Amino acid sequence: MKIYADNAATTRVSQSALNAMLPYFTEEYGNPSSLHTVGQRANEAMTSARERVAACLNCKPSEIYFTGGGSEADNQAIISAAYFGARKGKKHLISTAFEHHAVLHTLKKLEKEGFTVDLLDVHENGIVTPEQVAAAITDDTALVTIMYANNEIGSIQPIKEIGAVCREKGVIFHTDAVQAAGHLHIDVQDQHIDMLSMAGHKFHGPKGVGVLYCKNGIPLVNVIEGGAQERGKRGGTENIPGIMGLAQALEDACATIDENAARLIPLRDKLIAGLEEIPHSILNGDRVHRLPGNVNFCFEGIEGESMLLLLDDKGICASSGSACTSGSLDPSHVLLAIGRVHDIAHGSLRLSIGEDITEEQIDYLIKSVKEVVEYLRSMSPFWRDLENGTRKHII
Amino acid sequence: MALYSGKVMDHFRNPRNVGVIEDADGIGEVGNPVCGDIMKIYLKIDGDIISDVKFETFGCGSAIASSSMATEMIKGRSISEALELTNKAVAEALDGLPAHKMHCSVLAEEAIKLALKDYYDKNGISYDESLFAGIGEDEE
Repeated sequence: MKIYADNAATTRVSQSALNAMLPYFTEEYGNPSSLHTVGQRANEAMTSARERVAACLNCKPSEIYFTGGGSEADNQAIISAAYFGARKGKKHLISTAFEHHAVLHTLKKLEKEGFTVDLLDVHENGIVTPEQVAAAITDDTALVTIMYANNEIGSIQPIKEIGAVCREKGVIFHTDAVQAAGHLHIDVQDQHIDMLSMAGHKFHGPKGVGVLYCKNGIPLVNVIEGGAQERGKRGGTENIPGIMGLAQALEDACATIDENAARLIPLRDKLIAGLEEIPHSILNGDRVHRLPGNVNFCFEGIEGESMLLLLDDKGICASSGSACTSGSLDPSHVLLAIGRVHDIAHGSLRLSIGEDITEEQIDYLIKSVKEVVEYLRSMSPFWRDLENGTRKHII
Repeated sequence: MALYSGKVMDHFRNPRNVGVIEDADGIGEVGNPVCGDIMKIYLKIDGDIISDVKFETFGCGSAIASSSMATEMIKGRSISEALELTNKAVAEALDGLPAHKMHCSVLAEEAIKLALKDYYDKNGISYDESLFAGIGEDEE
């Protein structure tokens, strides 16, 4: 059995998105900046894509900027809001400890430029409260940037309530909605969102194309200098096939959010219940306020990378937050932020299931993970120590 | 996965000499759970020969493969041969390890050395301390 359970990393491009892209490679291949008919047809297509994306977010088309992906959108949003605040002497930025590195590393860079950054605690369930945000905001705050849903543990933040706090205090609110877009409802007006980032490939669109929503009135600072594309805010010839694919995929996903959630959530919860039968395991991230496709566990006494390799042998594509998979000595900053200690964070497993998952596949996932955990524990001296009492179980 | 050589994957999928020797003559353990890898080597020694060896490993694919390969390389060998086993030799026998995984082969070399030191200590055999200098200290 083959199961792709790494949809939080990337998704398969849908047939509908692919069909929307194909004409723009070989037929309508014009440059939207060109004055001739071929170029202008590409320009018209892009205009319609911008309108469709805006409709999905409930904003104006003039507030949509196409970027090279989610990371670029995060970079540009945060730098722009920070510099806008700095013009008025506001140099305080608020975020959380478990943001994506596209956000955290941008904040680090701004810290070196003299900004101060407060990273709010996300608690064991991986959720920050509006009260925390309210308490952290000062007269100097230029920006609050908090992700809509976490990419590793799937916890969903109270975005509308946080947005309301920011709006009331007159602080710009950006949300990294890379994991949420197409999976959770977004309404930037109702949710008081001033800036938002997303990436096409997380909802069955293509890679290398993203969206930055920026409310009119917030001046954007260029990350890429160049021509007059994207109203001068993002240089470079537009990725028309990518933009067309993204718009189609977003429209498709937004039209099916409720039905996908209704189908996925019971399957996700079945998977969670199955994996909780494994002794000394723990679910990471809130059980209820959770992305419909996200399951993330820590298993004591084993290491994540070996789990992934053995699951891969069984046809299962998954991911882990262990140090060996992060390429550093520390396990995932997300797991550390929710209070998981190194010992167990190394044994983490993320399964992010897609809309086409079947009940039979869920059963196979449960069976396979159980087998792999049991096998690796059988050869783990760490597990032996836990079982014979030399070391104490943490979970 | 292309991350590892075929040999690493073979030793990871079918590890040789996994287990415990209950009446081991020497036991060596290195690493810790915080770093995400622990390697434990059990030796049975007859005269000067390592007649049996088993390992237990908590760690990534290359940690398990390195343990497996290292045990194969010392089984049936003399103590002095085992003491000469280097991490580089283990990594080479596995057709190489990615740069950030080389420390897994270091763990294998050190676990074997510690097991031999344990054997010497238990049997009151004197040895040159410099053979084991720095081993078991935090390699991270």
